[in-house]
Amino acid sequence: MAIFINADSRVIVQGMTGSEGRKHTARMLAAGTNVVGGVTPGKGGQTIQIGQSDLPVYDSVAKAMADTGADVSVIFVPPKFAKGAVIEAVDAEIGLAVVITEGIPVHDAAYFWAHACSRGNRTRIIGPNCPGVISPGKANAGIIPADITTAGRIGLVSKSGTLTYQLMYELRDIGFSTAVGIGGDPVIGTTHIDCLQAFQDDPETDLIVMIGEIGGDAEERAAAFVAEHVTKPVVGYVAGFTAPEGKTMGHAGAIVSGSAGTAAAKKDALEAAGVRVGKTPSETAALARDLL
Amino acid sequence: MDLYEYQAKELFAKHGVPTGPQRVVGNPSDAVAAARILGLPVVIKAQVKVGGRGKAGGVKLARDTDEVNAASEAILGLDIKGHLVRKVMVTPASDIAQEYYLSFLLDRANRTYIALASASGGVDIEENPDSLVRIPVDPLVGVDQAKADEIVAAAGLPAAAAPVITQLWKVFTAEEATLVEVNPLIRDGQDAVVALDGKVTLDDNAAFRHAEHASFVDAAAEDPLEAAAKEKHLNYVKLAGEVGIIGNGAGLVMSTLDVVAYAGSRYGGVKPANFLDIGGGASADVMANGLGIILTDPDVRSVFVNVFGGITACDAVADGIVQALRFLGKVDKPIVVRLDGNNAELGRQILAEAALPGVTLVDTMDEAADQAAQLAGV
Repeated sequence: MAIFINADSRVIVQGMTGSEGRKHTARMLAAGTNVVGGVTPGKGGQTIQIGQSDLPVYDSVAKAMADTGADVSVIFVPPKFAKGAVIEAVDAEIGLAVVITEGIPVHDAAYFWAHACSRGNRTRIIGPNCPGVISPGKANAGIIPADITTAGRIGLVSKSGTLTYQLMYELRDIGFSTAVGIGGDPVIGTTHIDCLQAFQDDPETDLIVMIGEIGGDAEERAAAFVAEHVTKPVVGYVAGFTAPEGKTMGHAGAIVSGSAGTAAAKKDALEAAGVRVGKTPSETAALARDLL
Repeated sequence: MDLYEYQAKELFAKHGVPTGPQRVVGNPSDAVAAARILGLPVVIKAQVKVGGRGKAGGVKLARDTDEVNAASEAILGLDIKGHLVRKVMVTPASDIAQEYYLSFLLDRANRTYIALASASGGVDIEENPDSLVRIPVDPLVGVDQAKADEIVAAAGLPAAAAPVITQLWKVFTAEEATLVEVNPLIRDGQDAVVALDGKVTLDDNAAFRHAEHASFVDAAAEDPLEAAAKEKHLNYVKLAGEVGIIGNGAGLVMSTLDVVAYAGSRYGGVKPANFLDIGGGASADVMANGLGIILTDPDVRSVFVNVFGGITACDAVADGIVQALRFLGKVDKPIVVRLDGNNAELGRQILAEAALPGVTLVDTMDEAADQAAQLAGV
């Protein structure tokens, strides 16, 4: 099972012919992902060799889907063209679009999200500004290193890439059903809550690790959701207790505005919902270990 | 990027929002000259990127040139919530019949935009949140005449506010702002609606479409280390502390700051001196530039390099450390390094072979944070 992607996922890469797209397509293939082609407008009809695979390039997502049966697209298109790329994926009604691109203007993200809603949300959008999603041993859609962990029964959802890697590494002996990096931008497609729901429903997931950071109130809302709807054990971690007010900390969405979006408020909300929250990443890993 | 009021009002004027004339000056004699041109009485307003100026003594009415001189002398150099006043705006005093509040902002929770409006604006809006109406704005439609009329009706604003609202929406979208706030928006004695104040935050990610926004950057007000880091395209924030931090990935670096602060409480309250994210796939040069910036910070007493190599290769990080320390020569600040993930073994080997004085390799993030904090302790 796992969530969002599995061994049957057929993956295309929008922006596969660019340097990032090419590099990470090779890594996804090496992780056993069934990458079936790429999309670069104007380069349709070419075939490019990546690793041991000869992959067809298409002019459009719709054509790539018709030809290959793809149901997942990973988007490496530069910020300037990302809005168009996501809209194209949504209009083609692909099941999942994973937007890796960092630095997309927030007006573009708000627009493509509204567009996806107006089309009935047939495409799940993960990201932008995220490392993607991995179901270890099955498929890897994005840039998460596949070799730091094993397949297992923990589900992980995180705003941060490197904290995802850190926890995957610390709990590598137990392993993961799926790890989802939802991204650090102010407007993202798939939320903590979406992932909590999916892990709750996934028979292959026994425990959920949820990583948050300063900015917005996604963690507070996720806490309320846990209290109401999640029966599996949830362990949490929140980064940014020392972040000053009004400064953006790396991620475009990581900012404390006035008294809103603080790490302390998020931790308190999670604990009030019965989530055990670690003070450090390694303490969080230890809590998960205790509960399993 | 947050804008000063005068910059926000320049953008307002560009999109047809009525704002009234303004001059921005840096000393009292220029303020007097500006007041003579604009006509007395005038209001002298501190230009700082923080709210609550009025209550902090940063806004004063001046009826004659002596008062202009005294008011600008009092306001220039004032410290408002940690922001030094370097410039004041001189603007004709308005005949205010009624004050309103209006803003457009991003609604992160609902992944859309929202308009906030109130018929009782002014300095006490924060004590009066119940008067605010919240109206969602669909990014696909925006604020057209019908939406502006809806906002006006819901908040109890005068009909004359509707066209100003659509012009402010133009500022929000055309300039790619994440916040446009006017408080107060006023109705004057002639029933005209005017933006007496302006607060705008621009989306840094959209800067590539707005080359003209570069002129809004106030180099004089920037922290010199932050400015130097920006020049080298490093994601750096100066903080008040003693342990210099370098890591990869925003989340891990934020977490590193927290872990150092916890450890620091055991050593006399030592704190992290900065946030520095070298990003994914960082090269040796990026690492070397980062270390260079941190070692020039006089507040830094020890450095903690915390890398989990996902895309970033730990051997490149180690090469960067070696490169930076060879280039900088004698470094008298101890450096604690923790490397894990991609090519970590190779990275550790490079550092072990280089045998750099003052550089210590530690296995885990928690132990490394403890050691870095201890080394910075008094």
